[in-house]
Amino acid sequence: METFLPLLTIFMLAIFVGFEIITKVPPLLHTPLMSGSNAISGITVIGAILSVAVEGRVPTVLGFLALVLATINVVGGFLVTHRMVGMFKKKD
Amino acid sequence: MTAVLIDLTYLFASILFIFGIKGLTHPRTAVRGNLLGATGMLLAVVATLADRQVLGAGAQGLGLILGGVLLGAALGAALALKIQMTAMPQMVALLNAFGGGASALIAGAVLAEGGNPTTQTAIATVASGIIGSVTFWGSLVAFDKLQGLLLPDNPVHFPGQQPLNALLGLAAVVLGVWVVSDPGLLNNYGLLVAVGSVMGILLTIPIGGADMPVAIALLNSYSGLAAASTGFVLNNNILIITGSLVGASGLILTRIMCKAMNRSLLNVLMGAIGPDSGTTVGADEVYAGRIKSTSPEEVAVLFDGARRVVIVPGYGMAVAQAQHQIRELASLLESRGTEVEFAIHPVAGRMPGHMNVLLAEADVDYDKLREMDDINPSFPQTDVSLIIGANDIVNPVTRTDPASPIAGMPILDVDKSRTVVVVKRSLSPGFAGIPNPLFAADNTLMLFADGKQAVLDLIAAVKDS
Repeated sequence: METFLPLLTIFMLAIFVGFEIITKVPPLLHTPLMSGSNAISGITVIGAILSVAVEGRVPTVLGFLALVLATINVVGGFLVTHRMVGMFKKKD
Repeated sequence: MTAVLIDLTYLFASILFIFGIKGLTHPRTAVRGNLLGATGMLLAVVATLADRQVLGAGAQGLGLILGGVLLGAALGAALALKIQMTAMPQMVALLNAFGGGASALIAGAVLAEGGNPTTQTAIATVASGIIGSVTFWGSLVAFDKLQGLLLPDNPVHFPGQQPLNALLGLAAVVLGVWVVSDPGLLNNYGLLVAVGSVMGILLTIPIGGADMPVAIALLNSYSGLAAASTGFVLNNNILIITGSLVGASGLILTRIMCKAMNRSLLNVLMGAIGPDSGTTVGADEVYAGRIKSTSPEEVAVLFDGARRVVIVPGYGMAVAQAQHQIRELASLLESRGTEVEFAIHPVAGRMPGHMNVLLAEADVDYDKLREMDDINPSFPQTDVSLIIGANDIVNPVTRTDPASPIAGMPILDVDKSRTVVVVKRSLSPGFAGIPNPLFAADNTLMLFADGKQAVLDLIAAVKDS
């Protein structure tokens, strides 16, 4: 319980922060929002790195697979979002 | 690097993520926002590499980490650079899948490390396993449907579907309790993931093609929640913060999409709409003798006298790849002094915001891309509404027939403009499977042709006139 409550607090507060910011994202940018949020949810990459570093075959293999998937999300997500948001231009 | 320093770096990275999303609230700041997010990610990864556990992993461990990162980066970059903008829903479906898959795998890895997981860790592991595997397979099914590979675009139903889903849900709960009470049995976690996988597939196959915006948004939310539960497994704040941001984002988009179709989430998930449901009025009854066909030359004359033209794109525009030609037509009309705007329905296309990306790629100024609520009041002052590849989102039956399967769905009020021109191959129905009285309205002209060719013909006709 000592670790659970602080974590739950952070979880709840982050959800509220999320609702506050994301409701302000206009429909115009909803597709980049989805690819961009996928990119940052690739933060699981750090969990994957730690798992690969653990001794034992099973954690290492599972961690390695997770690492590849999460890195695809990070690199693919940020890159494709960059491509998209660069297209939204206003002519002067 | 000390643990405190690593945690502080994670905190800083989380703040960068929040500012990154905040950047997406306006196209002007979006590029910078995305770069801030990427910077946060880089910092978090570098800090993790400095962790004692990683530094002590030895050459083999470090080699695997480097190899995994390089492999993932190469695949991700290839995907991001190669993908066509029309295929963006498929890309996001894949990213959702990988996010969910990574979470389930990490939770499994932590369980396999042994040690004595606390009850909190075990419960979070179970949650990651279920949500992660449902997300992974559900998203792959969504990808398959969008790409048109194995499964039909339409909802798939079979007898006993609901009882089977309930049974699987029950099995997942039982297995989950078992894993929590005896975390040493790794096979049970494997079974749990297997049950989650079947659930993911069965929950997504009943969802039809035009409901994909909802499915993708919901799976996006799941992938975030999976990451957050992995954060509970690892006692890691940045995973929890990021996961809940993404979870909230997906939920908000899901709610917006459902509202834009006037349907409950449950109704969408059950695939309760479809070509064979609730056709109240026959097509002949609506269309017979009332359809007026037109030619590009006739439409050019209409454009000639028009002060304001609104273009309404739908999924058909993406299929016909007509966005570049449409932009050309819009520029041509503008150069002749006509005001041109685009009306974007929230569920036009196969994912939230899809039409905006396609038109932005074709170099349409984002100020001209107007949301439904914003542009609807201006239709009575619109001389010509040009509809390309859209059907259900401009069907006025939503206002008049409470028995219709799309009753009450907010639509673009194109029927209120002086003249409506509909570019369409035939009178075939849209996803809802019902006839559209708009096509038979007094002020509507039908231009029967392939989307791209029709727009090319219109450009030529306008230039000639």
